[in-house]
Order: sequence, then C-alpha cells, then structure tokens
Amino acid sequence: MMLPEIPRRSWSQRWHVKGLVGTGILLVLLVASSRMTGVDVGMFFSNFGQFLNLLVRMSSPTWSYTAVIIRPLLETIQMAILGTTIGAAFAIPFAVLSASNLIHNRFLRGVTRLFLDLVRTLPDLLLAAIFVAVFGIGSTAGVVTLAIFSFGMVSKLFYEVIEAIDMGPLEALESVGASKITIIWFAVLPQILNQFVSYFLYTLEINVRASTVLGYLGAGGIGVFLQRSLNEFNYSQTAVIILATLAVVLVIDGVSNHLRRVLL
Amino acid sequence: MKPAPIISFKEVNKIYSNGTVGLKDINFDILRGQFLVVVGLSGAGKSTLLRTINRMHEITSGEITIEDETISDYKGQSLRLLRRKIGMIFQGFNLINRSSVERNVLSGRVSYYPTWKTICGLFTKADREMAVRALQRVQLADKIYTRADELSGGQQQRVAIARTLMQEPKVILADEPVASLDPLTTKTVMDTLQRLNREDNITVIVNLHSVPLARQYADRIIGLRAGELVYDRPIAEVTEADLNEIYVAEAEKA
Repeated sequence: MMLPEIPRRSWSQRWHVKGLVGTGILLVLLVASSRMTGVDVGMFFSNFGQFLNLLVRMSSPTWSYTAVIIRPLLETIQMAILGTTIGAAFAIPFAVLSASNLIHNRFLRGVTRLFLDLVRTLPDLLLAAIFVAVFGIGSTAGVVTLAIFSFGMVSKLFYEVIEAIDMGPLEALESVGASKITIIWFAVLPQILNQFVSYFLYTLEINVRASTVLGYLGAGGIGVFLQRSLNEFNYSQTAVIILATLAVVLVIDGVSNHLRRVLL
Repeated sequence: MKPAPIISFKEVNKIYSNGTVGLKDINFDILRGQFLVVVGLSGAGKSTLLRTINRMHEITSGEITIEDETISDYKGQSLRLLRRKIGMIFQGFNLINRSSVERNVLSGRVSYYPTWKTICGLFTKADREMAVRALQRVQLADKIYTRADELSGGQQQRVAIARTLMQEPKVILADEPVASLDPLTTKTVMDTLQRLNREDNITVIVNLHSVPLARQYADRIIGLRAGELVYDRPIAEVTEADLNEIYVAEAEKA
C-alpha cells in the first residue's frame, strides 16, 4: 500500500530558523543591555569571595534571637493580611469593570484600566515613603502601602482570570432574565473563586516579603529588625530573620496549595 | 376554534454589523402549544431566529410580537420579564459547572426575586420544593446535591430543562439541544421536551440538524436557508423529498 504523500517542510522549517534567530536576538539584547547599563559580569565572579564570606557569617544563626523577632514577625504577617485583604476587596469591582467580556463599554473599561496601570506604576517604596510622611512611622503606613500595592497587582490578575471564563452560563442566566449583578454572582463567581483565592495567597506571600523591605522606611514590622541587624553587621541575626520569613512563606504556600485542591 | 398565535414575525430582517444577512423577510406565526422544529444547515440563521425571540439578538427591521405585544421596546425590567416567560436550552447545556444541581436549578428562578435576595440565596421554601419537583420531572431528584460537572451530558441537559421549568415558561427555545448527545440520551431529552409540550401546553421551538428527529417530534417544520424562510408545513404534509431539498439545494450551491 502506498502511503499518502506527506508535505515537505521548507529549509527554514527544517533548521528551525525562527527559533534560532529569536534566541540569537535575545542573547544580543542581553549583552547589549549589560554593556549599556555598565553591569560588569566579571566583577560578580571576582568578588564572589566576599559573598561566600557573608554566607559563612550567616551560617551560624543565633537561635536565641528568634524570641525577639517573633512579635515583629507576627506584626508583619498581620500587616500583610490586612493590606492584601483591603487591596483585594477593592480590586474585585475594578477587575469586573476592566473585564472585556463583562463590560462592553470601551470607554469605561479604558478609563478603569488606565487608572489601574497608574496605580501599578507607583513603586511600593515610593508609596511607603509617602505614607510614612503622612501617617508617621508605624504599621499604618505599611498597611496602606501594601493595600495599594496589592490592589494594583491583584486587580490585573483578577480581570485576566475573569476574561478567561466560560461564557455559556452567563448566556443562560441572561436568558432566564437575571440582572447583571445576579449574573455575576451566580455564573461568574463560582468560575473564578478558586483562582481568586490562589492569587490572593500569592499576593499575601509577596506582601510578607515586601513588608520586610518596607520596614526599612519605618513602615513597621520585621523590616525594622532586618535593617538593625544589617547596620550592625550582625549577620547571624540576619540569618534568623531570613529563615523565619522563609518559614512564613512556606506556610502560606502550603495553605495555598491545599486550598486550591479543595476549591477546585 | 383555531388557537391564537403566541409569537408573530412580521417582515423581520437581521443584518450583522459586518454586512452578513442573518434573517431576511421572515413572516410567520407560531401557535400556542405548538411543537415547532426549525431545520436548515449551519449558518442558515436557525440560532439567530431563536435568539431574536428572547432578544438575546436584536433585529434590524420588522416586528416580533409575543402575546400581542411588540418586544423590541422592552428594556431593563420589562426585558427581564419577557425573558422570564421564555425558557432557553442550549447545545452546550450552559450549566454552572462548579455549582450544585440545586443551585443551577434555582438560578432559573432568580427573575422572581430582587437582586439582593438572589445574592443572599434567600429562596423561599416553596421555590426550593419547586426545584425538587422540577428535578423529579426530569428524573434527577437523586442528584440534587451533586456538582453539575459530575453529571453526564444527557443528565446535564435535563438539569438545564429543570432550570427552565423554574421560570414557569410559556415558551421554550431549544438551540440544538441534542447535538452533543448520543442517540439514547437524545431520545430522553426530546421526550422530556415533548412531555412538557403536551402536559403543560408549553410552546416549544427546537432547532435541529436531524431530519428524522424533526419528523418524529414536530407538529410543524419550518426550513431556513441563508436567512430566508423556505419551507413551512404541518407535519402531516411533510414529505422526505421536501426536507432533502432544503439541504440538497444548499449543498449544490456550495
């Protein structure tokens, strides 16, 4: 029996020209950007010894320090939870207004998205500096910063989730005579809930780490202690702080994985 | 006495924004209690025709009246009330997969409540019992707390029918309701529609691809070709040759 003739691939398809050229361009871009910004890769390797030195000094954590940082670490977690929750709560209506499959008014959608882009452009460190100036040193400034930072990030993640849902149930609810809000509640929410929870926890994790940095600017939490230990070159304490933060991140990650399985 | 028409199409045209003709000069009446089957090839305008009846699609010109009222002026609340009395069944079932069968069925009742009550889930006891009865009618009462996506295709379509029953509809529109089902479940779903038509006197309008099915269930068959009504006969006058022509003439042109 004759096999049907298989179409021949062209020369460029056979040698994957597109892929190779793409990789080449990427490499050129990488080298060019490192040249232009003056990043010296050689320096990274020649000074690697100092980095090792630092690691060695951090390798003997003073475990007794744990007792001191428990309270600020809890404060950091509380800040992160508060900030993420407030940010995510505000993100939901904005995510709905930005989703092209729910809002057909292009102008409304455009304005909402522009606003969200603006919020995302503001770096969290700038926000923290502003709010420390406004609310004074302490966790209020940290919570507000985290709330705005999470709002910007979560609303984008949320509306991308909304745009990927199955529109069938929405059509059915519309044909039943349901109002727009009822449609969202019955047909949209169940489809996005588990991904919302997952993104919420991801943002919480990012916020736990971010709030350590915010502490530098006086926005409360563990960051204050991180800064102190670094200023005093007390790397054995720094190590404890990093490990403790890692533990928190691991716990959140575990909870996130569990919830995603349960809610799927 | 001749029963009164429940739905009338007068000079209805539909042209899509890209210039495609969806419906062209459609004129016909649908009688109350009729089991009407619409046949025609994909793209002939069957879905469009169905969706103009509950205003899921807008028409470009002409008039559609339901129970002697022009539907094109309806907006907001009045449009929702129109849709409430017209149930719709879809090829893809369109259930909320992650929700329970009960919640899917109750969602057919939301237009009887203000929005805030639907969100709080404040359905009356009477309506919850009605949901159970609706599921009993489609023989799925035992699945009430099952998640919708754990059911088979035929079961999902029957849940969709139960959802429609919650509207207490006067008309049911079914858009290719059995296109993704096997022959056995096809029969169950079509029988259910027939029972609702006969027992509850609900007017049923079904889009079908299958000519044998159309002949088995319809009181009357209409045929669409390229947006035009090319065929309209009561079932007693329908011959095999007629129906083949609806399809063949089109196939030869293509």
